[in-house]
Amino acid sequence: MSHAAANTDNWAEVKAAAEAVLPEHIVAFIEQNAKNAHSESQLIAILHLVQSHFGYLGQEQMHAVAQLAQIPYAKVTGVATFYHYFRLQPRGKHIINVCMGTACYVKGADKLSQRLMDELGIHFGETTKDMMFSLESTRCLGTCGLAPVIMVDDQVYGPVTPAEASIILEKYLKKGKLPKASEAKA
Amino acid sequence: MTGKMINLTIDETPIQVPEGTRLIHAAEKLGINIPRLCYHPNLSLEGACRVCVVQVKGFNHFLTACSQEVWEGMDVQTNSPEIRQARRDIVELLLDNHPMDCQTCDRDGNCELQKQAYRLGVRERLFAGERKHYPVEDSSQSVVRTPEKCILCGRCVRVCSEVQGVSNLSQQGRGFHTVVGPANLSNMDDSVCIQCGQCVAVCPTAAFLEKDHTERVWEVLAMPRDKKHVVVQIAPAIRATMGEAFGLPMGTPVTGKIVTALRRMGFDVVFDTNFGADLTIVEEANEFLNRMQTGENLPLLTSCSPGWVSFMERFYPEMIPHASTCKSPMQMLSALIKTFYAKKKNLDPKDIYVVGIMPCVAKKFEAARPEHAMEDGTPYTDAVLTTRELAWMIKSYGIDFVNLPDGEFDRPLGISSGAADIFGATGGVMEAALRTAAVKLTGEELGPLVFNEVRGVTGLKEATLRINGMDVNIAVSNGLTNAKHILDAVKEGGKQYHLIELMACPGGCIMGGGQPYPPLDHDPLDPETARLRAKALYDIDDKKQLRRSHENPAIEHLYEEFLGEVNGEKAHHLLHTHYEASMPRGIR
Repeated sequence: MSHAAANTDNWAEVKAAAEAVLPEHIVAFIEQNAKNAHSESQLIAILHLVQSHFGYLGQEQMHAVAQLAQIPYAKVTGVATFYHYFRLQPRGKHIINVCMGTACYVKGADKLSQRLMDELGIHFGETTKDMMFSLESTRCLGTCGLAPVIMVDDQVYGPVTPAEASIILEKYLKKGKLPKASEAKA
Repeated sequence: MTGKMINLTIDETPIQVPEGTRLIHAAEKLGINIPRLCYHPNLSLEGACRVCVVQVKGFNHFLTACSQEVWEGMDVQTNSPEIRQARRDIVELLLDNHPMDCQTCDRDGNCELQKQAYRLGVRERLFAGERKHYPVEDSSQSVVRTPEKCILCGRCVRVCSEVQGVSNLSQQGRGFHTVVGPANLSNMDDSVCIQCGQCVAVCPTAAFLEKDHTERVWEVLAMPRDKKHVVVQIAPAIRATMGEAFGLPMGTPVTGKIVTALRRMGFDVVFDTNFGADLTIVEEANEFLNRMQTGENLPLLTSCSPGWVSFMERFYPEMIPHASTCKSPMQMLSALIKTFYAKKKNLDPKDIYVVGIMPCVAKKFEAARPEHAMEDGTPYTDAVLTTRELAWMIKSYGIDFVNLPDGEFDRPLGISSGAADIFGATGGVMEAALRTAAVKLTGEELGPLVFNEVRGVTGLKEATLRINGMDVNIAVSNGLTNAKHILDAVKEGGKQYHLIELMACPGGCIMGGGQPYPPLDHDPLDPETARLRAKALYDIDDKKQLRRSHENPAIEHLYEEFLGEVNGEKAHHLLHTHYEASMPRGIR
């Protein structure tokens, strides 16, 4: 019953599987890092790269980071879930940001957000099932004169009434692309 | 530390302590126990619970005694009205976010949070705020996670990473929504958990517990005797610890009392896992001598500790060919009970119910491994009770344990040598193996009995022994962080090790995840506890006539009557096992 010839090491497979999950530049970044002391301190930098590539941090990607960077998986997800900046769910095609700054709030941002939540059937931080919209809140966008303001992707709309918010959503859904600001106001 | 002494005052009493001493220890020297929850002397500092706050003159905020080092002229108050109020508030806030179910909780009576609440005078609950609600997670064969009871002290996180090198647990999320658990709060069963249960041992509450097997054992004990033949075996380590659960001093051997208690509870037959341990040594010594001859797969790694075996399969799968193929003593004995003993008694193995009493949480997992079952899938071991579980059952039964007369194990699977008793302490398996190997290698009947090189509860021991003109390099490791050190040394080459004993728990089985919780003034993982428990086992060994496993007449008889040759076909089938790399792979 000699085991002499048996190769029970699975590292090569585990490594290959992890490398298949991440794009080359991230694998290279991790490899480069590994040569330095305290390479685990680069975890947040690695997660940033992953998020900018995929739009969010999926479990598969985080596990791949854990294996390649040799940082315990529980720590990787611990860090990822600690920081608000990291997203653990994929985001929609369009990101709706509702301004919750003082001016917008006084001008009815709460009613506006309620309307958006009702229409979309999601809460802040969530994405619609069809992956079209993610709803998020933001602090002052610096356009208080237009309050209340929402931002869809990089387009600012304001002032927006709850009824107008529905029209804006409708346009994105119909055209699947960005309407002009002037159209939205019409 | 420079050896410089620092003068300070604690509660108006002057005291001198070495520079670098932390306040919590300085106060201990004056006989003052500052309350604590997250602090643990063998783990890194967390400073999370704030229960150990003290007042220091010149500061208008409280300092934590666990983390604060002393300085010259420091003036400390540990019990001012403000401090008492602050500590009470802190514990009240912890309780506010904790289920109010002490009466029905598994930890009732030995919960550190409960004890601190009582000690600090929390007599009512003033705060009523939002409370966390999480389901119990019991996917694992061994460890049950109840996040609702977690106070986020982080002891389990630290023991899992610092002592065990597993790092399966971490704080997930933030603030009020923080939960301690595996990555993504996945099931423990899908994680890299090796089921050692050290998280259970250090948890101050019931956030981590072993999986309950008491219910199934009560059930079979209540069955008609002609329907179920209930056989129990007890591990070496529990005879050194069971007494603690009944208030006996640490290190009181209680082998005979356990046997009597088990008989009173209705177990039909009481066997000794020690017999399995002796058998393990006979098989493993043979394996070792074979490998020494061929030079293949050295060093030989021991395989008694199921936590270590899991660790190897997840973290060091390339070392699998080095592991001894010997089953653990429990599994060897269980296999014999359902084959050899069943045949002898003319019983259908299906009518036999085997219970193991173990210091170990991972044994529950080991018992459930498919390779430890008969051809038809019947497991060799049906239930595994931890020392704590059996202690509770004895109490629940109403047995006056302390005053029990000593009982004797049943024969033949209850006869054992002193070499088996010491299996429970780190270095014990090594010593037992060396006693037999020395005789086999030299051919002389009287080899050395005591190997001081491998005794003591330090985490990693190494020695070179001269046996029969050969230098035998050995190492003994406990706590899996130490296993990493020694395995990495093996992989690097350099020194050629021949035999390495590895135990998952720090101190060996005597400090297993299933052992009794220590009293409030003792820390779990306390090396002094380990020393006292180990001493109990060495004392038992010292008093025995029979001290080498291969000299056990019942073992010799077993080979003649049933097994045939050592490591022969039948022995291999019943007493040996195999291992496989398992996923997910752990991070070293």
